[in-house]
Amino acid sequence: MSNIDAELARLIAPGRVHRRLYTDPAIFELEMERIFNAAWVYVGHESQIKKPGDYFATRMGRKPVVLVRDDEGQARVIHNQCAHRGAMVVATDKGNAAEFTCCYHGWTYHLDGRVKAVPLNHGYPLGFDPKDPKIGMLPLPRVKSYRGFIFASGADDGPSLEESLGHMMTSLDDMVDRAPDGEIEVAGGVFRHAYDGNWKVYFENLCDAAHPLFTHRSSIDAAVAQSDDVHSDGSGEIAIRQMRQNGAPYSFWESQVGIWTYPNGHSYLGDYHDDSKLVAALNDPVFRQYIAALERKKGKAEAKRVLEVRRWNSNIYPNASLMSQFQQLRVVYPIAVNRTVVHAYSFRLKGAPDQMLRNAVSFANVVNGTGSLVLTDDLEIYNRLDMGMSSEGCEWLQIGRGYQSDVPDAHDGRRGKNSTSEVYIRNMLDAWLGLMTKGQAAPVRAAS
Amino acid sequence: MAKRRKSKARPSPPSRRSVLVPRQRATRRTTEPLDLARCERFLLHEAQLLDDGKFDDWLALFTPDAWYWVPSEPDQDNPHDTVSLIYDDRRLLETRVRRLASPRIYSQEPRSRTSRMVSNVSIEDSGNNACTVRSKFLMIEYRRDSQRLFAGTAFHRLVQADGAILIASKRVNLVNCDAPLDGIVVPF
Repeated sequence: MSNIDAELARLIAPGRVHRRLYTDPAIFELEMERIFNAAWVYVGHESQIKKPGDYFATRMGRKPVVLVRDDEGQARVIHNQCAHRGAMVVATDKGNAAEFTCCYHGWTYHLDGRVKAVPLNHGYPLGFDPKDPKIGMLPLPRVKSYRGFIFASGADDGPSLEESLGHMMTSLDDMVDRAPDGEIEVAGGVFRHAYDGNWKVYFENLCDAAHPLFTHRSSIDAAVAQSDDVHSDGSGEIAIRQMRQNGAPYSFWESQVGIWTYPNGHSYLGDYHDDSKLVAALNDPVFRQYIAALERKKGKAEAKRVLEVRRWNSNIYPNASLMSQFQQLRVVYPIAVNRTVVHAYSFRLKGAPDQMLRNAVSFANVVNGTGSLVLTDDLEIYNRLDMGMSSEGCEWLQIGRGYQSDVPDAHDGRRGKNSTSEVYIRNMLDAWLGLMTKGQAAPVRAAS
Repeated sequence: MAKRRKSKARPSPPSRRSVLVPRQRATRRTTEPLDLARCERFLLHEAQLLDDGKFDDWLALFTPDAWYWVPSEPDQDNPHDTVSLIYDDRRLLETRVRRLASPRIYSQEPRSRTSRMVSNVSIEDSGNNACTVRSKFLMIEYRRDSQRLFAGTAFHRLVQADGAILIASKRVNLVNCDAPLDGIVVPF
C-alpha cells in the first residue's frame, strides 16, 4: 500500500469522514483519475443517438467525450480531442455527422474515431502513420449499454458493467419496465444547474431522508398555506403536492421510507409519496389510462409488479441518479473541487399517454428546476457545506447516524433499520476508498 | 392667555389636484388606451417593485389566471412538453411569492439585491384593452460576495380593467437560458 493510499485510508473512520475529502484539490485530481477514469461512468442514453452518425457531445468527469453511433450501428464513446494539436473537435451539443472534422487544420475522423484524412500529410516524419491506433479521437476502452443506458470506463479491464451495477440494475429495469411498450426515450429538455461545492455532497443529499423537513421548510410552509381554489393548469398542483409531501413529520421519514445500499457505492431511498396524492395519482384519469395500457401490453400480474416498485432516488455511483417513478435522471459533472454541474433529464415512457410526459415535466420543474422552490434550497446547502468545510472547525464530519442499527440486506446490501440512517454515505465512501486505492485499502470501514 | 394665532404668513400649499392631475381628471372614467407610454411606465413600475422586494405588490399585478414563464430553451414552444427554469401557473406563483417572504428561505439568507433596467419597449399587438409588450431587460443580482448578470427579452400580455393594467402572462427569454446556472430565486 503506497503512502498516498495509506493517507487516503486515514481520512475515513467508522462513522466519520475527514472534511479534506470534500475540499482538497489534490484529492479531487486523484478522484478524476481513479474514479471518473476507471469506474463505469454513465455517459448517455441510446435514444440520444438513434441513427448512425447521431452524436451527443458530453463529458466523463471533466473529459470532453462524444457519444456516437458509428456506421455499423455500434455506440462508441470517443475522446473529443484532435490527435494533431489537441483541439476539441465536436463543438455542438448534438447532431448527425458523416465524419468529424477538426476546425484547426482540417484533420477528419471516422465516426469511430479513426483518422480518415490528414491534409498536407506529406510533410510528416517517416514514422508518422495516421492508421496508428494511438492516433485518432481515441475510443474509451470499454463501452457498455444496459437496457438503453450507456456507460463507459477508461480502464482496459475490471469488473463488467453488470457486476459493477449488481442489484442496482433493478432500478434501471424499473425505469424501463414502466413503459408499456418496453422502451423509454429522452424527452422534455434538460436542466443544467450548478453550485459552488463538491460533487459528492450532491450525491449524498439525494438519499438523505433527514433533510427535507428542515431544509425545505420555506417551500413546505408556503405550499401548506396555499389555497387550492386558486387557478392552476395542473402544473402548479403537481409542484405544490410535492412540496407538501416534503413536510411529512420526522416519524414518517424515520420509519416509512427505507434506505438500501449495495456494493460499489450504489443506494436508493424508498419513495415517500402516497400514490393517491402525487403525479401517479391512482384517481387521476391519465394514470388510470396508463395503467390500462401497461396491463394491456404486459398483463395484469406484471403491471402490478411494476407499479409496486416504489423507489425515490436510485444513486448509481459515481455520477447518475434515477427517479424511475417520475422518469428523471440526474447526471453529475464535477468541474472543480468546489464547483459542480448537474444535468437533469426526463424520459418519455413509450406507449403511455402523452400527458405522462407533461406530468414528468411539471415534476422535473419542481424537483430539478434551476428556479425550483425546492432545489434552490438544496443548492444553497451544497454551497454552505463547501464554505463550512473550508473553515478550520471540526476536522471530522459525523456520518454515523444508524451506524449501530443498520442491518444486512440481500444482494450483499446493507440497509438502514431507520430510514434516516446515513448508511448511504458510508457505503459511498467505502466505494470511494476502494476506487481511490485500487482496492489496496478497501476493508469495509465506514459502513460496518 | 392669548390663543396662538395662526400664522397668516404661511403660504397655502398648491393644490395637488390642480398641479398633478390637469384636464383629464374629468374624463378619467373612460379607459385610456394602452399606448406605449403607459405600457412603459407600467413595466418600470413592475421592475421597481421587484428591485424593492415588494413581491406581494408584484403578485397583485397579475390576473387571477395568469402565468409566468422562463423557458429553458431558446424558442421553446410551450411550457408543457419541455422543462422550464420557471413555469408558474397562478397557484404556484402565489406559493413562490409566499415562500419569498419566509424567514426560513435559506437560499435568500442573505437576501439578493437586484437592479433592473428595462428598455427597447414596443407593442407587438393590441386591441380590446389588451396588448403584448416586448421589452429588453438587464438584471444585476448581488448576493454573498458575488454579482451576476442576466439579460433577455420579456413579453408581457397586458390587459386593463377599470382603468388598471394587469399582467395576464409574462414570458422571460434569458439570453443564457440553457447555460448551467446557479439557483434562481428572485424572479425576473
